[in-house]
This record gives sequence, C-alpha cells and structure tokens, in this order.
Amino acid sequence: MIALVDCNNFYVSCERAFAPRLEGRPVGVLSNNDGCVVARSNELKALGVAMGAPMHLLPPAIRRQAVLLSSNYALYGDMSRRVNLILDEFSPDVEAYSIDESFVGFAGFAVDGLEAHAQRLRETVRRDTGIPVCVGLAPTRVLAKVANHAAKKQAAYEGVCRLEADGPATRALLASLPVTELWGVARRTAERLALMDIHTAWQLREADPKQVRRHFSVVLERIVWELRGRPAIVLDDMHEPRQRIMVSRSFGRLTGAFADLQEAVRQHAARAAEKLRGQGSQARAVMVFLRTNPHLVGERQYRNSVVVPLPAPGDDSRELLEAASWGLAAIFLEGVRYQKCGVMLLDLVEADRHQLSLLAPRSEVERGRSQRLMAAVDRLNREMGRDTVRFGLPRQGTAWALRCERRTPRYTTRWDELMRVRTG
Amino acid sequence: MTSPTSSPLRVIGRAVPVPGDAAQPLMGCRVRAGFPSPADDHLDVEIDLHAHVVRRPAATYFVRAEGDSMLGDGIHDGDLLVVDRSLEPLPGRVVVIAVDGEPTVKRLARRGEQTFLMASNPRFAPIPLAGRECEVWGVVTHVLHALPGGGA
Repeated sequence: MIALVDCNNFYVSCERAFAPRLEGRPVGVLSNNDGCVVARSNELKALGVAMGAPMHLLPPAIRRQAVLLSSNYALYGDMSRRVNLILDEFSPDVEAYSIDESFVGFAGFAVDGLEAHAQRLRETVRRDTGIPVCVGLAPTRVLAKVANHAAKKQAAYEGVCRLEADGPATRALLASLPVTELWGVARRTAERLALMDIHTAWQLREADPKQVRRHFSVVLERIVWELRGRPAIVLDDMHEPRQRIMVSRSFGRLTGAFADLQEAVRQHAARAAEKLRGQGSQARAVMVFLRTNPHLVGERQYRNSVVVPLPAPGDDSRELLEAASWGLAAIFLEGVRYQKCGVMLLDLVEADRHQLSLLAPRSEVERGRSQRLMAAVDRLNREMGRDTVRFGLPRQGTAWALRCERRTPRYTTRWDELMRVRTG
Repeated sequence: MTSPTSSPLRVIGRAVPVPGDAAQPLMGCRVRAGFPSPADDHLDVEIDLHAHVVRRPAATYFVRAEGDSMLGDGIHDGDLLVVDRSLEPLPGRVVVIAVDGEPTVKRLARRGEQTFLMASNPRFAPIPLAGRECEVWGVVTHVLHALPGGGA
C-alpha cells in the first residue's frame, strides 16, 4: 500500500498556523510582485475567485472582504520540511512529490491497522504544524491520488480514504471521476479520449492497455495498469502539466561531496527548465531538497529543503540554475552522505499570460534575448542530443530581494520576525 | 593535591545512560553508580543548547512574548519562548492559546469542572474558558530572558 499525503490549501494553512484570526475568513496568497492569486482558502474559492486570478481584476467587494497576502516562501518551505520530518516517523519510505504532497510507502506494514496509522499520521501533522492534511491509501500511486481526492471532497472519510484495487467503492469512485481529474492525464489527452468515448476513470481502466499505448503513450498505458491496481509508475516520469515540475534522482552511490550535489542539482534544474519551457510556463520559485538514505541504520540522517523565490516569473535556465545553486548552498550539511537530491519548480504561470513586473530586473530587450537564447539551447539539445549545450557557472550578483508588501513575517526562519504573543 | 596514578586505566564496562528520562544530560552520559566513567572524557561533544531545549524539532517553534502579565513565571516583555506543539495542554502548564483568534500566553488551571487561564501577576484576574472561542496553540517549555546588556 502507498499513501498520498496532501496538505489542504497549503500556503493558506501555513499562514493560518501563525495567525489564528485568519481561520474561517477568505484568505488568498498572491504571487510575488505580479499579484496573481496562487492559493485560496475554501472561503475564497466560495466567493468565486479563480486560481491565478490577477489581484487588480478582483471586484472591490471581494478585495475588501478577503485577506490577500504576498507569498512567504521561506515559511512555506520550512513548514513543508516539518511535515516531511513528521512523515519520516510513520514510514522509512517518504518521497516528496511537491511542496505540499508526499508519497509514503507502507510496504511490509500490517494491512489491518493502516487506516488507523494514517489517521494518527494526520493528527500528528495537524498537532505539530497546525496544517490539515488528507491521506489517500491505495495499492498504486494513481489510485492513491484518486483516494486522496475523495478524502478531501467527502467529509465522511474524515480525511483518510482507502481504496482497494477492486471492489464496489473503487468502481463507484472511478465511474464518477472524469479522466481530466486523473493524475498525469493532460487536457489534450482527455479531449482525444473523449473522441474514443472514454470519459471516466473507470472507462479508462477498462480500456485495452496495448491500444492505449498505441494511440497515446507509454505513460497513459501505465496509468491504465495503475488504475487496475498494478504498480507501474516511476515518480520521476510523472508531472502534472501547468502546476509543478520536479526532477530528482537518487545517486548511484552515497556521496558527501558538495561538488557532486551541485553538479546534480544544476543538471536537475536545467532539465526542469527545459520541461518548463516545453509546456510554455514560467516559474515563480525554485525548491531544492536533499536527503540521506533513511533505510541505512547507523548513518547520520538528514533531510532538508528550501524554497528560493524568483524576482519575477522566469524560464531562463541561467536564472533557475542560480536559484537552485543558491538553495543548495543554504541547506547543504557537511559530514553526511546523501542519497538523493532534487529540484522542483513551483507556482507556474503560463508564459504568454504573465504580466510584466515593473520590478523585473531585465528589460524587454533582454527578455527577448533570453527567450531566443533558450529556444536555441532547447533546439540544439533536442536535435543533437541532451546536454549538447550546458550551462557554466551562473552569473554573479543577481539580487534576490523581492518586494512583497503583504508578506507575513517569516515566523520560523528569522529571529526578528518571530510570532508575537501577548501575555496580558 | 594527589597526583594521578600512573597505572593505565582499565575498562570496567560501558557507562549506561539512565533510560526513561526525557531530559538530555548535559555531560556525555549519566552514570548509575558513584564511580566516574572512564568513557566520559571521550564521549563529550559540543554542548548544544538547541538540542537541549528542543525535544521534538518538527513541533517546536520560537515565539516572542509581549507584556508583563506572566512575570511570576519568569516571562518578561520581549522574552523568547520555546513552544512545543506536540505536548498536551495539561492544567499547570503554560500555554500559547488563541482566545477569540488572538494568541496569548497563560497558565492553565482547573477548578472543579472549570478551566481557567491564569496570569501569574496578581493584577490580572483568572479568565474562565467556558463560552469562549479558544484553541491551544502549543505548550511553552522554556523561557530565554536576556539580561540588560547581555544581548538578544
């Protein structure tokens, strides 16, 4: 069995954890500088505010009612780290999938007590961090995603939903789930599936895997197998377009050398940047994470992550690489042997829709040059093979300072911004 | 003053830390019996104040106190508090509690069936919790008080 643990409205929950007065109010978190909504509380969703809505286009009535905050990536990164630390207590097999989701493997655990175990996990995360999470339990990652979705939408599950490979509950859920809601199924794929009269997850499960592979892709075929309860997905192969991009690898052997990690992180960042441009997006922040091998008894264990916000949404490899290197330097710890590191691109925005920031450090001319350069690099790597063109040392002296007037204090990472509590 | 014996030390056995005590000893290890452990000299690592006050890292937060209603518990205006969210808010413990959405520091007390928030300064009356919207945020475990001229 594998679990998908997903934090509810993560950014908003982080803010609420340190400002209880925000509980029950419509709260939105804005992207840095350009003022789009990147996270919404349920109350804000209920007011009809869409994901990605530009702040200046929000009706005045909503702006008056809602609490709109700048994103506080230092806080979100630290809270994500804390959540994963707690997950480590519940299984040695924790894999971060995004800043607010992790897969937790329960192979070898007694099957009977799993739901109670998941419920304890959920309560512990809530107690220790204040962040509500939902848990989806299933034999495969794709089904765990579906189970998590159900746990989130249906209060009766009390935050933990377990799906078996077969059974009436699984069938009912899949039959009511449009393929568009499935992990790894892009909008365009869904449109083509509709032409074949496949609309629900159950219909996809019943499709012929070989045919699916012929008409679509290996990944979609694997999704069919996973829907049937047979594990087939490698995490690194999956990314949901337009939401997040992640590239990570385990090292062939453990390494404690900073140079190894730097090399790996730069490669991951370059690969992620390529994927980002491939889908026509830009990222607002870069997350770097690393960890030791939790299965090795007697080894010093360490796990950390950090989020580096970008001055403006970007897709230039040089900028993303520099942010990633900067993040790695901040969390690297001497004297431990690492097994895995990775790079995640967060809070993506469509490149053509993003509004230019007045504070963007680059002029329009430079932007154009960057775009042409990156297009040339991607073409060369596509046509001549990966890594034909690679990036050398990053430019020096980019300012990472951001303007974020509505940002809450960085409660957990700055001495001078700690939460304040009145005694009287 | 006696001079140290010149005979080489013999290892009698490994010193056993006292089990079941959550508090971390400041020295390398705590010994059951009265004789010094020959291993002690080699087990010392740098004393880490953070490790001493932080029992559960994922659940531990630092917050800043404001006001003087908790002077009796040694909490001054501007002091740094170590808060553990994983501890149970038992009567007698000092907690950070959100009352009507505002986080405040108070000692929990029980009188009969009623729970009260007590200030540790006689100028403040106990606040009954009944009928108020409140949620315990965490339990205060340590206070770090800077003396004048002594730094943050």
